[in-house]
Amino acid sequence: MYRKFLGIAVVAGIAIAGSAAEARDQIRIVGSSTVYPFATVVAEQFGKTTQFKTPVIESTGSGGGLKLFCAGVGVEHPDITNASRRIKKSEVEKCAKNGVTDITEIKIGYDGIVFANAKSAPQMKLTKQQIFLALAKNIPDGKGGLKENDNMTWADVDASLPAKKIEVLGPPPTSGTRDAFAELALEGGCKTFDFIKAMKKSDKKKYKAVCHGIREDGAYVEAGENDVLIVRKLEANPDAFGVFGFSFLDQNADKVQGSLIGGVAPEFETIADGSYPVSRPLYFYVKGAHVGKVPGIKEYVTAFTAEKTFGPGGILSDKGLIPMPDAERKKFQKDGEMMANNISM
Amino acid sequence: MTDAVMTDVQTPDQMRRDRAARASDAVRRSLKKRYAAEARFRAYGIGAVGIAMAFIVVLFATIISSGLPAFTQSAITLNVELKQDVIDPEGTRDQSTLINANYRKLVFDTLLAEFPDVTSRRDKRALTAILSSGAAFQVQQLVTSDPSLIGQTVELSLPVAADFDLYNKGVINKGTAESDRRVSNQQMAWFDTLKERGIVESELNTTFFTNADSREPELAGILGAAMGSLLTMLVTLALSFPIGVCAAVYLEEFAPKNRLTQIIEVNINNLAAVPSIVFGLLGLAVFINFFGLPRSAPLVGGMVLALMTLPTIIIASRAALKAVPPSIREAALGLGASRMQVVTHHVLPLAMPGIMTGTIIGMAQALGETAPLLMIGMVAFIVDIPGGITDPATVLPVQVYLWADSPERAFVARTSAAIMVLLTFLIFMNALAVLLRKKFERRW
Repeated sequence: MYRKFLGIAVVAGIAIAGSAAEARDQIRIVGSSTVYPFATVVAEQFGKTTQFKTPVIESTGSGGGLKLFCAGVGVEHPDITNASRRIKKSEVEKCAKNGVTDITEIKIGYDGIVFANAKSAPQMKLTKQQIFLALAKNIPDGKGGLKENDNMTWADVDASLPAKKIEVLGPPPTSGTRDAFAELALEGGCKTFDFIKAMKKSDKKKYKAVCHGIREDGAYVEAGENDVLIVRKLEANPDAFGVFGFSFLDQNADKVQGSLIGGVAPEFETIADGSYPVSRPLYFYVKGAHVGKVPGIKEYVTAFTAEKTFGPGGILSDKGLIPMPDAERKKFQKDGEMMANNISM
Repeated sequence: MTDAVMTDVQTPDQMRRDRAARASDAVRRSLKKRYAAEARFRAYGIGAVGIAMAFIVVLFATIISSGLPAFTQSAITLNVELKQDVIDPEGTRDQSTLINANYRKLVFDTLLAEFPDVTSRRDKRALTAILSSGAAFQVQQLVTSDPSLIGQTVELSLPVAADFDLYNKGVINKGTAESDRRVSNQQMAWFDTLKERGIVESELNTTFFTNADSREPELAGILGAAMGSLLTMLVTLALSFPIGVCAAVYLEEFAPKNRLTQIIEVNINNLAAVPSIVFGLLGLAVFINFFGLPRSAPLVGGMVLALMTLPTIIIASRAALKAVPPSIREAALGLGASRMQVVTHHVLPLAMPGIMTGTIIGMAQALGETAPLLMIGMVAFIVDIPGGITDPATVLPVQVYLWADSPERAFVARTSAAIMVLLTFLIFMNALAVLLRKKFERRW
């Protein structure tokens, strides 16, 4: 029996030694769970139509992906990271500290964030200010100061809205969707109050805390990063609202409807032309030092930035990604072709 | 004998009856209360069991009812002419020419030929959307594996895109407004025409069992994740079983009972209660960052899960060893066996059923684990079926998680189907544990 154990140990040892020295012939991608459904479509097509292996794509979240990406140069580190927000200055610095200096930024398109409810309930028309007043932790008290949010029903926010309890299901603070929603919808509504807007100059920290703070008294329910779950919950509860990405609305248009924000409904065209106010760009970042070391990186970027992939009518638009305007697409196609080191901060 | 027993039993009963007779109304009432309390207690118990059973029934019913549609897939039977001038115009039969040929056009033209009146580019696009993007790859595979087919016309059963599959299954129907569904009225009409011609069939979804993950629901399969789970479990078993049994045997049979072994014992028990994500972080820090093992590999996944199952196996093995009566050891020692012979020839074989049961339960736990695998990169999109323990792989519960998070409606059914596969594995493993226990268990 001891001999058997020894044999297993030897086999395991050989396997470990053998794998550690191996070079990599497969692209490794990490990053945002929002970009994941789009990147995987491209990766699958790429694997099927070229002689390269299908890239492995991990869903780690934007922050987690950039952390792995910036950890260093070498086959044990990923080649590409997806992000649902731009790389931060601090992350560029961290990258540079670890020798990752040559980074190509590719914007792939836009993702709308929708504020939706069940189809069985009436469609809502909201303004950013109303969203802010309904969901922020602190709201103006009308005397030039702030007070804890005490709006319990939508009618409290604005008399024209129905007297239904405020109940919103959305992603947790770790999510990029939540960050984008806070920045675009809440801050957008927050800025409409002059004294808060003035705060931006005098006390930036407080301004951010006021404008991005979401109430914690149960009116906003953190429903996890699973948008499918939110859609299902909305279906069961017609009084509730949900915050999630446009692609989920696109796939479930028979069950949920997006509220009009600022008079504009979240539709493919309105997000593409920028009239729908809550949309954010999606990116991926390529490690220049790995191009040529790991086969297929350049070809993958070319495949991703091809017109039939991220252009209007391309395979990604079918999955709910909103294409960029022509000039912007041209720019990133060129950047991808040249592997331009285009991060400037 | 019986008489004696009878009186023995009856005496307190009689006494009780006597006492009851003497008792006041208040006591009698309290007695009634006690009986009522007992009846209530039983009712609570039955209620608890009933609720648990109801939950299980509801769980299984929802999973099975939503998962069953995933096992069928609509397909269109088309006579595809494998045109020489499209696939290989120069007739070289060169492999790369065959791989890169425009099979999309070939397949699409065949479908378009069914509707000669569809001419505009927009309509053609809408019509060809009925076919899955996998149809072209199916033809590609057919041709590359057998180039002699070029020039012939073959009858092929090609998969339908997921949205149309849902339409065929009635998930998407005409009742909803046209703008709210992903299949337009015109497309529905085309599909219905194809159905009337009798070339649309609902067949067993073999793709689900032969493919790895895909972003097209109709092409997504469970085999990649199942292989990943198998490889991971093999590594886990190869590491945790020998180490766990060795540790248990030493601690139970050889180790002196002192402070140190006591501390070890307490720590093993504590380890069993450590949340699994902690093991994932450990795996990331030690196996991947320090030893430089590959990310997303079943090797690392198996090692992490082995750490997690070790305490379970050690505790179960020690319990099994303890259950072997000391008389066996003493008899063997008395006949002149060495202590090692006592353990390997007698104690261990007798304890094996218990050890195996503990191991299988530990493995079943590990099979359902996702949290630690997130840290080591096994929550990933992997299209290639893993062939070895260092290939990138994912596992069954992770596949369930990834599909549950996908926007496409057709993944709802596939998620439930994947859960069914995972549950089948678990039920099989638990049944094996019960069987082993029943078959080999010895009582003394």
